[in-house]
Amino acid sequence: MSIQVNNLTHIYSEGLPQQSLALENVTFTAEDGQFVGIIGHTGSGKSTLVQHLNGLLNPKSGSIVVSGVDITQPGVVMRDIRRKIGLVFQYPEYQLFEETVEKDVAFGPGNLELNEAEIQSRVKEAIQLVGLDYEEIRGHSPFELSGGQKRRVAIAGVIAMKPEVLILDEPTAGLDPKAHQDVLDMIRRVHEHEKNITFLVSHNMADIARLADLVLVMDSGRLAMQGTPEEIFSQEEALDSMGLALPEPARLMNMAKKKGLPFQGSFLTVEEAEEALYGFLKRDRDSRI
Amino acid sequence: MIRDITLGQYFPGESWIHRLDPRTKIIGTLAYIVALFIVGDFWGFLIAVAALFGVIGISRVPLKFILKGLKPIFIIILFTFVLNLFMIPGKVIWSFWILTITEEGLYTAFFMAARLILLILGSSLLTLTTRPISLTDGIEALLSPLRKVGVPAHELAMMMTIALRFIPTLLEETDKIMKAQQARGADFESGNILRRAKSLIPILVPLFISAFRIAQELAIAMEARCYRGGQHRTRMNAMKLKKRDFAAGLLLVFFVAVIIAERILF
Repeated sequence: MSIQVNNLTHIYSEGLPQQSLALENVTFTAEDGQFVGIIGHTGSGKSTLVQHLNGLLNPKSGSIVVSGVDITQPGVVMRDIRRKIGLVFQYPEYQLFEETVEKDVAFGPGNLELNEAEIQSRVKEAIQLVGLDYEEIRGHSPFELSGGQKRRVAIAGVIAMKPEVLILDEPTAGLDPKAHQDVLDMIRRVHEHEKNITFLVSHNMADIARLADLVLVMDSGRLAMQGTPEEIFSQEEALDSMGLALPEPARLMNMAKKKGLPFQGSFLTVEEAEEALYGFLKRDRDSRI
Repeated sequence: MIRDITLGQYFPGESWIHRLDPRTKIIGTLAYIVALFIVGDFWGFLIAVAALFGVIGISRVPLKFILKGLKPIFIIILFTFVLNLFMIPGKVIWSFWILTITEEGLYTAFFMAARLILLILGSSLLTLTTRPISLTDGIEALLSPLRKVGVPAHELAMMMTIALRFIPTLLEETDKIMKAQQARGADFESGNILRRAKSLIPILVPLFISAFRIAQELAIAMEARCYRGGQHRTRMNAMKLKKRDFAAGLLLVFFVAVIIAERILF
């Protein structure tokens, strides 16, 4: 399983006065088991890019090859593509519509024309995977849940389709810090459990730094950078110019480096920075004694 | 996709016509429509066509966009044409089975079709060159004298403004929900009518919930800013008649006069 995107270009409202170039020559490859982070400023083309990946938008030019099949070609059965590639939109709780949580999560698998028993077991597994109590919540109306719970139910609805590629567009937007962390932990858990390719769209650099193996940086429709989090986050000035700020610990440590303190590496998480600072302060104190 | 639907079909521009006061344009359009009913023969229509193309030329809206306005009512025009063609008694020029075409019928058919087409083109020019919001402002201003007899002019205009303002929002919302359900494998395109109608439920339920949510948020936001309806409300962009509006008014009077003269004299 792999996704190859070649020279993808998309134009909104082509031919009208308000036409705009949304994607320009985007090229990258995501391999099996990879966790891909996509970051970029608002309007940089992140959402447009991921909607191409499961065929909801058609590109102006370029190709998207999913395990050997170019899904931009006419005649590709979209149902097969969407079975393989699951997309969780921003604010997915707005797509909930069924009477009960269980029925809503079963909507996706039901569309795949699976048998009753298979649907049942997938629904149960997905609800548990997103960290909810299946027995307790199955009969509730999705509309009486809390915001964070609704979000999880909506994500479970996509996970239950067991996609080989799971794309999440800003899954933590509008959540409080606790729910934010819970949802990210859940995404990591699902990624490890399902061994899928996961795409996480976010503008939170710290989240991307913590989770991703491969980072794609979008800037006004172009893929401005790609690489490991370490490679990307070592280019503070380039990121700054795109309106993207490094995670706080990295910014702190870069400032310390500029002051001449002997730190090596990129310190993307609080834990890494804490360890380095602690080690440094300890050595400093020891040397003074 | 849904995003590409142009709504209220406004065609952005900076032309002389675009910058006219919406009241001038509304009155002008009404006068044009009335003039079309004064016209009694094809010479009159020729003047009306010339005037229309003059205005289209000044507005710099591509002709393609204007003609697009005819598409939805093409059936009505065709229906009127055919009905007039076969139904009017007079001097028979062609007949087959129960169908007969008379000279008078042919004349009336073309006459009515021409009137309908000009009606649509004239009024679509109004919506093409006026933003929906300034259109409702214009309507409110023109209706405001009727407040004295109890017509809620401001409330009507506000309702129209809000409805217009939220059509793109709801379209976007529909687009988003459709995509989200498609991503979950929903299929809106195949199957018989019953199946297709059923497949709309996953769109309609979230859409209604969204619509109510948006309406509630809007109501709260308006109340939080002390909205109390039309009384004592002032505007940031007060509409003001400029020189060009008077020039347009003069041209309009001239046009209507020519049409009336043509009707009386010929």
